[in-house]
Amino acid sequence: MTVALNGEEIAKKIAEAFPDSVASADKAAVIVTSQSLYQVAEFLKNTPGLDFDYLNDLTAVDYLDYLEVVYHLTSLKHNHSLVLRTRCYDREEPVLPSVVRVWRAADYQEREVYDLMGITFEGHPNLKRLLLWEGFVGHPLRRGYL
Amino acid sequence: MEIERPEIASPHEIDVAEASRIEQLRESCQQPIPDPDAWLDEEIRRNVLVTTVDYVLDWARTRSIFPLMFGLACCAFEMIGTATSRFDISRFGMDIFRWSPRQADLMIVAGTLTWKMAPAVKLVYEQMAEPKWVIAMGACAISGGTFRESYSVVPGINRIIPVDVYVPGCPPRPEGLIHGIRQIHEKVLKDSIRR
Repeated sequence: MTVALNGEEIAKKIAEAFPDSVASADKAAVIVTSQSLYQVAEFLKNTPGLDFDYLNDLTAVDYLDYLEVVYHLTSLKHNHSLVLRTRCYDREEPVLPSVVRVWRAADYQEREVYDLMGITFEGHPNLKRLLLWEGFVGHPLRRGYL
Repeated sequence: MEIERPEIASPHEIDVAEASRIEQLRESCQQPIPDPDAWLDEEIRRNVLVTTVDYVLDWARTRSIFPLMFGLACCAFEMIGTATSRFDISRFGMDIFRWSPRQADLMIVAGTLTWKMAPAVKLVYEQMAEPKWVIAMGACAISGGTFRESYSVVPGINRIIPVDVYVPGCPPRPEGLIHGIRQIHEKVLKDSIRR
């Protein structure tokens, strides 16, 4: 069975490498700032002992005050997992760095989040609507959409 | 040397063209298409010769209806289950599920139809050769089901294509689908070549 790593311990390791990158952490998840997301993603993938080489899932949640993007990571080498989160406080034009160059699996998932939540991922090679058609007005999974 | 390059539409142009097709279909399909129910009229006068020819032709048709696979969602598994040995629709001469609309007579639309898929369904229906019949299988295909008010789901496939038989259920059991197929047979038997 995959071991879920303690978020607080991982947060300490991340904070050693990149100070001011961790917003908060608990046992379940690490919440990082959106500016440092790409560096943290590279760090988690390439650091020996962590080796998060597999992105299970990338999804987004609308909490009204902010939009949160959730990354479920797994290391196939060490058989452990981690939940990484980041928050966008700008609801009008939310922008996050893309992690496609770190995990290829993020390609379609980021397109889906862009389509249904309206979060723009900077550095994505082909950011266009995935499930809905071009020219669809609005982002249906936002709380404000009716 | 000059290489002549054919004009290829850019991916963005293809997306825009697709979107305009979907929007056009959406605007033109605001009202449901009435069900083809003229066959319910029992007062059809037939002369003796045509009746006999009709009988033979309809008998042959009822025993050789080739269904078109159109599984869109979870209802498709019940349709596949209907085709397997336990329920065995080979009994009705339907053992060959066709992937090509050119060779199929009956379109079983099983599952939720989204507006993005709708142009494809309409195209496949138009590609089928006459005579052709349509079964709407499951709540989503009949009326949109729980997703009726959704932004992306067609509220009933009768907005897009005319439907002969509705099989309710979420999803309907194979027995239900077989009952629907029997209803199609009833309809075919009342058909006349003079139509």
